[in-house]
Amino acid sequence: MNTVAESPLKRPGSLEKNPKLAQWLRVHRDGTVSIFSGKVEIGQGISTALAQIAAEELGITLERIRMVAADTAVSPDEGVTSGSLSIQDSGVALRRACAQARTLLLKSAATRLGVSVRDLQVADGTVRTAGRSTSFWECADDALFDCEVDETAALRSPRDYQVVGKPAPRRDLPDKIAGRPRFIQDITLPGMLYGRIVRPPYNFAGPVSLDDSKVKSMPGLAAIVRDGGFVGVLAEREDVAISAQRALRVTASWREVDALPRDVHAWLKEHAAEHRVISEKENADAKSRAAKVLEASYTKPYISHASIGPSCAIARIDDGKLMVWSHSQGIFNLRRDLALALGMREDAIVVRHAEGAGCYGHNGADDAALDAALLARAAGGRPVQVQWMRDDEFAWAPCGPAMALSLRAALDSHGDIVDWEHELWSNGHSSRPGRADNPALLAAWHVSRAHERPSAINMPLPAGAADRNAIPIYDFPNQRVVNHYVHEMPVRTSALRSLGAYANVFAIESFMDELAQAAGSDPIAFRQRHLKDPRGRAVMEAAARRAEWSHWKPAESRGHGIGFARYKNLGAYCAAVAEVEVGHDVRVNRLILAVDVGLVINPDGVINQIEGGAIQSTSWTLREQVRLGARGIASLGWEDYPILKFSEVPVVEVELLDRPELPAVGAGEAAQGPAAAAIANAVAHALGLRVRDLPLTHERIAAAISQST
Amino acid sequence: MAERFQLTVNGVESEFEAGSDTPLLYALRNDLGLKGTRFGCGSGQCGACFVLIDGSPAPACDTPLWAAAGKRITTVEGLSKGGELHPLQHAFLAEQAAQCGYCTSGILISAAALLARNPRPTESEVRAALDRNLCRCGSHNRMVRAVLRAASEIAL
Repeated sequence: MNTVAESPLKRPGSLEKNPKLAQWLRVHRDGTVSIFSGKVEIGQGISTALAQIAAEELGITLERIRMVAADTAVSPDEGVTSGSLSIQDSGVALRRACAQARTLLLKSAATRLGVSVRDLQVADGTVRTAGRSTSFWECADDALFDCEVDETAALRSPRDYQVVGKPAPRRDLPDKIAGRPRFIQDITLPGMLYGRIVRPPYNFAGPVSLDDSKVKSMPGLAAIVRDGGFVGVLAEREDVAISAQRALRVTASWREVDALPRDVHAWLKEHAAEHRVISEKENADAKSRAAKVLEASYTKPYISHASIGPSCAIARIDDGKLMVWSHSQGIFNLRRDLALALGMREDAIVVRHAEGAGCYGHNGADDAALDAALLARAAGGRPVQVQWMRDDEFAWAPCGPAMALSLRAALDSHGDIVDWEHELWSNGHSSRPGRADNPALLAAWHVSRAHERPSAINMPLPAGAADRNAIPIYDFPNQRVVNHYVHEMPVRTSALRSLGAYANVFAIESFMDELAQAAGSDPIAFRQRHLKDPRGRAVMEAAARRAEWSHWKPAESRGHGIGFARYKNLGAYCAAVAEVEVGHDVRVNRLILAVDVGLVINPDGVINQIEGGAIQSTSWTLREQVRLGARGIASLGWEDYPILKFSEVPVVEVELLDRPELPAVGAGEAAQGPAAAAIANAVAHALGLRVRDLPLTHERIAAAISQST
Repeated sequence: MAERFQLTVNGVESEFEAGSDTPLLYALRNDLGLKGTRFGCGSGQCGACFVLIDGSPAPACDTPLWAAAGKRITTVEGLSKGGELHPLQHAFLAEQAAQCGYCTSGILISAAALLARNPRPTESEVRAALDRNLCRCGSHNRMVRAVLRAASEIAL
């Protein structure tokens, strides 16, 4: 199980970096077990899935598991909670750690009872032999786990699973549904001050001028903090902090630095700095059979993470030590960049995770932590809570990068693809903290001892970033894929759910439909003809069957379409069928998705993630684009950045293919590309013409129709 | 200027000092410690801060204290009675109708107002009633199912 090809020297999952057994769990005398994971809950249900894995291997009930909030002082460093990797990283490590812990506890129990392990009966941590008993809880001893995780320890067979593979209710939902304090925004510490930051919605250096005379005298104002271009306010009451921020902002004038390009996709093509061929296959014989060549260009705009809860952090500086509460996805990386930005030692900083609203990638969470720390310096030891306002989040949280894509392919006389080219232009897809020489935190670029803003980077293939899923999963005799990496960033960009996969899959799968049409083939049959991977074929077949693809009844303004990908070409397989109706706007009536994530840990958790991902992707695809003005981001509120509403959400059906014998992979991002492509293909099917620029708004469709006539 | 304010929230009268223009949201969260009502946008566009004011859903972020004074205010904490969750809350748990849960309180408030005026809504009536609430995680359909489930359970 889980024997993915790994060199014998590399330990599985996060054990490579965190090999000590005691780093992962602690057994308590009260009959509970604390589980330490460096992966954090961002509304995806990971704390529940990890608890299931731990309970399963320990052979105890789920109720006994206590998930400890990730904290740089006590948790294993598992990098960033991103890339749908938490099951692979943390789940694999916990599975082995808990399996070994059970073995050690049983040995200890056997010694205590004076029998051999073979003679023990175990149920939910209670250990019995011939009328006598003890328990894991009585055997609990920290010294027992003071060793390295033995990754050869026997693991429970998936056939015997009691907890894993069964739907488990999310452990965080009772609080959230009862309205109990649960989020970082809800934490109130004794003596806490409220902070807000004063920033304009465009790239700036300055402020050139600021008149604080009126604000200074506001009752309840504790401080106005200025450090170069960084301006913040601290108040006893939150509403006073907001009033002070608003009042200060109207008096400030800022020095603008860069104007934004008018046509960002043309600009990207002109400003590419690195050109990398990431895949090349040649077969001259096949190439010579080319009978028909098609070309098409696609674009994706900047997309906002647009979390419903704006970013928030709490910081307290006490005796030279900084304590930070953050909903960061990478608390250790955040600590590193906080140390760089503040000129502190890392060991003088503790970052503890506290849950925030869903983030869908790198939003303002990390930035808010530095904001709070800078204000905490002026708070005389009192804790400071900073929450961004809605316009701060839209203007300053990184956006998912805009992308331009050009595809070209040749069909032979049988309608088979004999040549394939894919070029993409994009900024980097990650400017997360912890990866550059300079801190990747907003305020660090504005304080008087300013650091230069690092460029967003791309993680290497095979997972990739801008080029994630750019290499086709289909089998083509000739192919060439080129990633044009643009360093200069007119708009700050970073990781948004699925990174480049959303645009690459949208383009590839749209183009596959265009080619299928040119070849006179059914889109699914055409794909199947070019795909050997049996798991890929299976999800496509499952989605087609459930959607009754071959029984489609044509109707005016209606269409259906398919989209398919294996996330990162390494992770979950997902096929989506969309059914749409095109009137003034596109309405997606139904989305059917079939998914293969290998072994399923929490079936309802996977379905929830796929459903949510598909609906979010529908919103991106139909509605979303960050509007740019000449000076900066012009989408500063929900009226400028509409997302899908309840009455516009499609029916979503998810089918899970059960693969208990295969390694578990994450589900969180698998639906983004396939859902988008399925919708675009369904719209093309309904209209008889193709819209290649996202989002598929009324204006875009009207423009495509007028171009075609 | 700070004044003494009296508010009736979830049937309990409380007194505190605040400016009359202070948004109700901050009085609820910080003066009364009712953290279930959450800040989302500050302009009544997302629904995360919805509360019932005399039975109708209204954004607490955009309602100054002077406008709330003397009215009957119900927050998500006030939906449960005597420690027993509201049928809507039971239904949300049964349907696992959330991902991050940040928008949940406001949605429960809109749904409670709907069921109070229309105990047996159709699915499209539920969707229409929730259209002023934004959800970013894509939990819409689960929440709609949960509201319909609550409606049928109340009717039993």
